[in-house]
Amino acid sequence: MTETTQMARLGAVRPTAEIVAARLKRRHNAERRFRAVGLGAVLLALGFLGVLLFTIVGNGITAFVQTYVRVDVTFDATLLGIEGDTNPDVLASANYPAVIKQSLYRAFPEVKSRGEQRQLGAMVSSGADIDLRKMLVADPSLLGQTRSLWLLADDDIDMAVKGHIPRKPGVSGNRLSDNELHWLSELESRGAIKTRFNTLLWTSGDSREPELAGLWGAVVGSIYSLVITLLVSFPLGVATSVYLEEFAPKNRWTDLIEVNINNLAAVPSVVFGLLGLAVFLNIFGMPRSAPLVGGLVLALICLPTIIIAARAAMKAVPPSIREAAAGLGASKLQVVTDHVLPLSMPGILTGTILGMAHALGETAPLLMIGMVAFIVDIPATPLDPSAVLPVQVYLWADSPERAFVERTSAAIMVLLMFLALMNLSAILLRKKFERRW
Amino acid sequence: MLRKTMAVAALAVASIAIVGTAHARDQIRVVGSSTVYPFTTAVAEQFGKTGKFKTPVVESTGTGGGFKLFCAGVGPDHPDVSDASRAIKASEIETCAKNGVSDIVEVKIGYDGIVLAAAKRASHIDVTRKQLFLALAKEVPVDGKLVENPYVTWNQIDPKLPANKIEVLGPPPTSGTRDAFIELVLEHAAESFPELKELKKTDEKAFKKAYSSIREDGAYIEAGENDNLIVQKLDANPNAFGIFGYSFLEQNEDKLQGSKVDGVAPTFDDIAGGKYPVSRPLYIYVKKAHVGQIPGIKEFLVEYSSEKSWGKTGYLADKGLIPLADGERKEWATKATSLETLKK
Repeated sequence: MTETTQMARLGAVRPTAEIVAARLKRRHNAERRFRAVGLGAVLLALGFLGVLLFTIVGNGITAFVQTYVRVDVTFDATLLGIEGDTNPDVLASANYPAVIKQSLYRAFPEVKSRGEQRQLGAMVSSGADIDLRKMLVADPSLLGQTRSLWLLADDDIDMAVKGHIPRKPGVSGNRLSDNELHWLSELESRGAIKTRFNTLLWTSGDSREPELAGLWGAVVGSIYSLVITLLVSFPLGVATSVYLEEFAPKNRWTDLIEVNINNLAAVPSVVFGLLGLAVFLNIFGMPRSAPLVGGLVLALICLPTIIIAARAAMKAVPPSIREAAAGLGASKLQVVTDHVLPLSMPGILTGTILGMAHALGETAPLLMIGMVAFIVDIPATPLDPSAVLPVQVYLWADSPERAFVERTSAAIMVLLMFLALMNLSAILLRKKFERRW
Repeated sequence: MLRKTMAVAALAVASIAIVGTAHARDQIRVVGSSTVYPFTTAVAEQFGKTGKFKTPVVESTGTGGGFKLFCAGVGPDHPDVSDASRAIKASEIETCAKNGVSDIVEVKIGYDGIVLAAAKRASHIDVTRKQLFLALAKEVPVDGKLVENPYVTWNQIDPKLPANKIEVLGPPPTSGTRDAFIELVLEHAAESFPELKELKKTDEKAFKKAYSSIREDGAYIEAGENDNLIVQKLDANPNAFGIFGYSFLEQNEDKLQGSKVDGVAPTFDDIAGGKYPVSRPLYIYVKKAHVGQIPGIKEFLVEYSSEKSWGKTGYLADKGLIPLADGERKEWATKATSLETLKK
């Protein structure tokens, strides 16, 4: 009885091939699911990146153009307060804002009250007089003549033209009064408003007026800092890794050093800033806010990355090359300088560029050494106070003026462009010099 | 090639060490409050535009951090001016004196209002400081005892307030704005509760702890020092309120509205007239010993205290500074230009 049931059961069991097929199907399904999850993860990451780039570009693209207002400016000697004196010193300190205001009043003769005139005068940027000064100092014969000039518009006008603040009259709390909106439409209908490529963004330093603020000071600061970083961290990093990889005995001390270097790579960067403050500023008495100190601190941050990359690259050089060189009578130093270093250079350079790209994006350590500051003058040497690109992003993001929102995104785009260039050069270098054994 | 790089690097390091030691400064350095930063930077820029002096470098370190740097000593390595969103403390004057910074010029530059604002399309609320205390303090008095804050919606505090969840975005503990908010709103309100008033008499420390602890259960959201971020979040969430300086409200009045506190709306005129209760004076402090050593300090003070900068229609008013009253302005301008030092 029991035997027959067992037999019946066995008979019901599926043949082996079927079991295998079912299991195979399960395994294939598992693999498909795994792939789908992986692909999903990649797509999600790309999606986030897309949203990030889209918002940054969407917010910031308008910052690359700037609104200008055409005004017929008369270089009136009485208004300028110079009485026909064409001495350059006198011309440089003349009252140009008065001339601009007068020209605007003439464009809108119906505006009479003082309050309204004040509003009208504020439509042109407070920095527009610099252009006039340059013109007149370069060519004093302009005195008394009228020229039709495109003057820099105020940031609120700029925002309205670009559609970042509402242009419907009657919206309470609008940055622009109904009067100003009316004048703006009037100027537009006269063809006296246009947008042009924003050159100031590339040529000037920081400013509290968004329409005058530029990135050049920060770009120069970043370049100085990175040059110092490279000069310090590259030789130090390469020397360290050559010694550790080729010469150092393998003992407890070198193990300890190795562990420490690996740990340093993971130390939060603000700690390096504190170190910089304590050592470079307080002990050596170096100037605050200088790219020199910034570069030194960033070099400390880069060092572990460079050392780790350089050692990995040297490890990858096959021992047969070292042995062959040694067999031909080369000294240890010759083996390193003539064979190991040239062969591992692509790896070392890639590591260096990646470390530098990391350094380019740092702000936290620079906060400690005073580089997060309002600095207008373009630094002439690495000893002058200067900001760097990510610091400029941080400072603009924290400014109340609405026009700084788009400029922040523009600064981020410039920073990303630099990062992309550096990473691209790392890839190209690797492609060009890569060797396989 | 390698040897050359090494030599260059060694040279670079050596020259760095040399230049580091001998360095004179020909540029004014300012440190201090992030609230005063927008105003001092505006003055610095105008000052630099005249072309006679370099544009001063302004760092935003917070009021306390600023005094720490300011009081560290005399000489080109130390800042010349410190921005502050409160008056200097006696302890800070002492630290200064210990490090040789004895003559300090104090200049009151104006007022700043701290506003409670919400999106324009949100329902308008009119709160009292007492209600704000009940909404934001960690522990509130209920039936004579301090208990963990039980309020979830505004109308639980007062039926006249809306039935929305309490959601307030504000500055983190490192911020001077938060210190001022605690002092001007929470401390003031705490004294109107009999239980807390009793506590103040018996245990000053416990009282201080009671009013300065802000709830941590999610009703108060620390939004970081970036006030622009708060503005964007308020725009997206009409139920939330934000706490920040008046200048951000002024720049975003098409998106935001300020709530009335104790029946007074945060408008330019009411803050300037002292009617709006949550406002504080702003100061700058100048090291007198540096006048004559660092070029331009006196001229910088003249620019700061001129009518075209801090006057009623000056450019600082455009940046959101609430000017001092006419008489007060004149008085402080004289003190600034004559470099009158702080009396101990």
